[in-house]
Amino acid sequence: MSQKHLMKGNEALAEAAIRAGMKGYFGYPITPQSELLEYLSVHLNNRGGSFVQAESEIAAINMVYGAAGIGERAMTSTSSPGFSLMQECISYIACAELPCLLVNIVRGGPGLGTIQPSQGDYFQAVKGGGHGDYKLIVLAPNSVQEMADFVYLGFDLADKYRNPVLILSDGALGQMMEAVKFPDYDIEAHKVDKSEWATTGNATGTHKVITSLYIKTEKMEEVNLKLQAKYREIQEKEVRYETVETEDADLVIVAFGLSARVAHKAVDICREQGMKVGLLRPKTLFPFPKDQIKSLAEQVDQMLVVEMNAGQMLEDVQLNVSGKIPVEFYGRMGGLIPTPDEIVNKIKSMYEQYNPMEVTHV
Amino acid sequence: MSDTFNEGITCEFLDDCDIVWDRPDSLLDTRLHYCPGCGHSVVHRLLMEVVDELGIRDRTIGIAPVGCSVFAYNYLNIDMQQAAHGRATAVATGIKRVRPDRIVFTYQGDGDLAAIGTGETIHTVNRGENIVIIFINNGIYGMTGGQMAPTTLPGVKTSTTTSGRDVSIHGHPLKIAEMLALLPGAYYVTRTSVISANHVRKTKKALLKAFKYQMEGKGGVSFVEVVSNCPAGWKMTPVDSNKWLETNVFDNFPLGDIKLPVKD
Ligand SMILES: Cc1ncc(C[n+]2csc(CCOP(=O)(O)OP(=O)(O)O)c2C)c(N)n1
Repeated sequence: MSQKHLMKGNEALAEAAIRAGMKGYFGYPITPQSELLEYLSVHLNNRGGSFVQAESEIAAINMVYGAAGIGERAMTSTSSPGFSLMQECISYIACAELPCLLVNIVRGGPGLGTIQPSQGDYFQAVKGGGHGDYKLIVLAPNSVQEMADFVYLGFDLADKYRNPVLILSDGALGQMMEAVKFPDYDIEAHKVDKSEWATTGNATGTHKVITSLYIKTEKMEEVNLKLQAKYREIQEKEVRYETVETEDADLVIVAFGLSARVAHKAVDICREQGMKVGLLRPKTLFPFPKDQIKSLAEQVDQMLVVEMNAGQMLEDVQLNVSGKIPVEFYGRMGGLIPTPDEIVNKIKSMYEQYNPMEVTHV
Repeated sequence: MSDTFNEGITCEFLDDCDIVWDRPDSLLDTRLHYCPGCGHSVVHRLLMEVVDELGIRDRTIGIAPVGCSVFAYNYLNIDMQQAAHGRATAVATGIKRVRPDRIVFTYQGDGDLAAIGTGETIHTVNRGENIVIIFINNGIYGMTGGQMAPTTLPGVKTSTTTSGRDVSIHGHPLKIAEMLALLPGAYYVTRTSVISANHVRKTKKALLKAFKYQMEGKGGVSFVEVVSNCPAGWKMTPVDSNKWLETNVFDNFPLGDIKLPVKD
């Protein structure tokens, strides 16, 4: 491990990408992710990669398609409206199974919205976003350190599964400054052999083709079945999460990214006041920690989902709780961040509404 | 003498004969799906002749567009990537930027290059990407069944201009090659056709030049527009479609070089 650097989340992510051996970065300016673009415009070309400011997010993601298709580590970053523009090509990338890293530094929407942080793009990130049945691996950092760490993890997972990986962050994490350490990462040791499929030129007599077009319906279904099998494998093997004081908890908060940071603080306050509150923080939104939610639903009396949106991950939590216990929601929208006190108040009202002691004696 | 060529042919004199015509190695021995008389097939062949003659199959990457030539990779025995509609030059940019040692070309129709992909086309040329763009201008959307293209001539009937293209409603045919030639990033811009042996030879020469410029790393886009036909979409016989090109289309899209490299 090297020394500590004080950096913005966006810059830490950009620096990590260079250290992870990213060869091509293609992006278009949008607040609150522009520092990423600016950082790479200064550093990437001097350090073995190629930086292109594209004419649009559509062009940027298609450049990623090309660069990933020839077997190099490639990445783009954007914020919400830009990510919407990229969806067609992301669907192509998923079907053609091109490994690459995508970054969405989410801002408040819908529409042009606000440049303040939000988690309003959860559905778009984990439910597809573009057309057809596909999934991104979605990583949700909650600190500047994780903004950097998830870049290495993201590229590695992308290469391992030949699947696009999305870092779903938000404007606050992108803009905030924290200490970050960059691990010793041996690019060569992490290289996977892509010679089977990467279109580097036909040197063997048999050509390689990258496509997502399968006119024959049976073939198209076969491709879909293969993708679905891959997604099941990812669901089995790649779930990552963090728990805080869940062992003896009777109420658990489920939150990701920035809202999980606030929720952590709320857990501390609740504990000080004698309430047995814990936190489950999914680090991977796909694959979602389904089993962890299921087993917590057996243990605790109620759950609270906290998000910076109208309740999106809430639906996945409800699905896995399956009606076993009450699931409440607290969220802010429009670029606002819930405060620890707001969450604590919500938790108090939940205890008042539903007293487990009374119920067990009925 | 290639074996596939000789397959099924028995002739005692064959071994003594000189080969005057053969399928280029890089053109796969499969039946093309293009309609009879369609220019796509001819340009495919020329392209592969050029790749073979330059000996660059092991480092050439082609981008197939959305359009009739989306299946180009079924015929071209080179590594290929299929791009989203209009985005071929962005894909080519991505490849060339991370592997400048590769030879990269796009192959696009008029809908792909001059309608949905206009932005990518202009900006790729403006950045002066060292790639080849092959533009098949057949004045119609072939693949989707014959709708108006940006290059459809005034008065021409298509399935979305059933009384003929009315410029007051649909605007004018877009001369994108002339537009692109204005950009400093355009190195070589030319317009050819494949309606006769003579024109086919000229197209081949243009393609050879374009690829050589890229190999020499001259910098800038080499852009070869082939004004082509669409017998099925135009509802004409192949012969009539070629006549139509001569009598009507070449006036609007004049053949010849539009921009030549500055002599260095
Ligand atoms: C985003 C998107 N929009 C529309 C289409 C439908 N589409 C397929 S081919 C095509 C037109 C292609 O015409 P052109 O580029 O002129 O090529 P041609 O088929 O004539 O060779 C269209 C509109 C598509 N596949 N994707």
